[in-house]
Amino acid sequence: MSELLDSKQIIVYFVYLIASFFFILGLKKLGSPKTARRGNQFAMIGMLLAIVMTLLNEQILDYTYIIAGLIVGGAIGAVVAKKVQMTSMPEMVALFNGFGGGSSTFVAYSEYMRVSSEATAPANDVTISIVLSVLIGTVTFFGSLIAFAKLQGIMRGAPITFKGQQVVNALGLVAIAVLGYMLTGDYTQEQYLLIIIAISTLLGILAVIPIGGADMPVVISLLNSYSGLAAAATGFVLSNNMLIIAGALVGASGLILTQIMCKAMNRSLANVLFAAVGTDDSTGTSTRGDRSKVTEYTPEDAAMVFEAASSILIVPGYGLAVSQAQHIVHELATMLQDRNIKVRYAIHPVAGRMPGHMNVLLAEANVPYDLLYEMDEINEEFQNTDLALILGANDVVNPAARTDKDSPLYGMPILNVDYAKSVMIVKRSLSPGFAGVDNPLFYADKTMMLFGDAKDMMTAVVKELKDS
Amino acid sequence: MDATIIFLIYIFALAIFVGFELITKVPPLLHTPLMSGSNAISGITVVGALISAGAENVALSKILGLCALIFAMINVVGGFMVTDRMLEMFKKDKKENK
Repeated sequence: MSELLDSKQIIVYFVYLIASFFFILGLKKLGSPKTARRGNQFAMIGMLLAIVMTLLNEQILDYTYIIAGLIVGGAIGAVVAKKVQMTSMPEMVALFNGFGGGSSTFVAYSEYMRVSSEATAPANDVTISIVLSVLIGTVTFFGSLIAFAKLQGIMRGAPITFKGQQVVNALGLVAIAVLGYMLTGDYTQEQYLLIIIAISTLLGILAVIPIGGADMPVVISLLNSYSGLAAAATGFVLSNNMLIIAGALVGASGLILTQIMCKAMNRSLANVLFAAVGTDDSTGTSTRGDRSKVTEYTPEDAAMVFEAASSILIVPGYGLAVSQAQHIVHELATMLQDRNIKVRYAIHPVAGRMPGHMNVLLAEANVPYDLLYEMDEINEEFQNTDLALILGANDVVNPAARTDKDSPLYGMPILNVDYAKSVMIVKRSLSPGFAGVDNPLFYADKTMMLFGDAKDMMTAVVKELKDS
Repeated sequence: MDATIIFLIYIFALAIFVGFELITKVPPLLHTPLMSGSNAISGITVVGALISAGAENVALSKILGLCALIFAMINVVGGFMVTDRMLEMFKKDKKENK
């Protein structure tokens, strides 16, 4: 950077600085539902400025590949964004994280080919940046593909582990460090970089296969962070401040979300990544509870309970989204509100399959966001509530997490639904949730069980209320 | 190691700090749009991809650039559009709740 810049380069640097401002401002505005959409638009402006300014860069001489890439990539992105179901948002984000990482690897490799064809050897920090960029990018790409396959059900959600997995990971990282060091010694040895890519591929796959289906929210958040760090690493390769700033922002964002998810599941990050305790979300072989011990209700009984209540808290879980019951629940809530019953929603941080997922699913069903309360805001309110209606949630309302020291859930923050005056649970069966633990709430005196699909049950209740 | 890399590390560390300050203020309500939106921002590698695909390079290097560009553009366009789609759905309650 010691050489004198011509006026055009100065403009480029300042426009990149303005783009960075837009990214920061955009993320700031994403902090409130009122300004969030504007914030996203600010980030778009930043990106547009960055792309246009780069296209004017004098290094660019040939536009054929560029036009092809912009059109093909843009079109694929647009179609996916339009078509994707809100329930599939975790899969989409996982896949896009991967593309971000893949892009970093390609750019770093392309840059390696450029610098290694020059007569003078590249500075050591350029070579190290290339190695880091390739490592993070490739791990993100293949890790994300595995996460996508698990979420999509192409691959079983159960953890896959083998003996000595940690040793293999450690050896892989050491090998990459050694190869990277050798590459700084002789930068023309392209095969070193290829071996680094091969090892990174293995590391990316090994990083995600031991993680169970239930822990996917943590993994997506972490991969989100990696995709940012990959972009920042590319910034180091190209000595581009804007890439470093944007990448670091995303890296920090992903790390915070990872931390929040871990806290909500009462797990440490190391525990999620290495302990492989998550169970397969599709198997239902665990022991089932005894139905004769619970109070079973029909939709007709349930309708009467609703009418008699003056305040209701709805606790949605992923089961609600699976049966696509959001819309009918919203209809029910609106009917009850018209009868002057106070209805609110209590959202656990891990309701859904990625951070904040349940809020999006409810927003899609036109549930106003000011009726959605996060756990810390609402937990005090259960004791003053007539009825807690639990739809497709289980572990996040299990009181054993608070009381039973021997329970695997012990210590996990839960919604205190058992403090409500009465509890109604809509569930297909008494089978336990992800953690495989029985829920004492099912057998409590104040609990009413409604066995069946959330959507069918709520539809029946709405019909009952309409007829009455 | 020259002065440039130190300078870049400074930028990186400060940006991480700004990121932490900003993101801790985002409520859980908006965590999914935050993730898809920040995902689009991480598509900033598009800048590197454009240079790789368009500069006077060997053919293979340009093809790598093209792949990078396609990946990054999917990330950018898809990420921003889907975030906008989600945020459009977040609406306040019209009738005041008693």
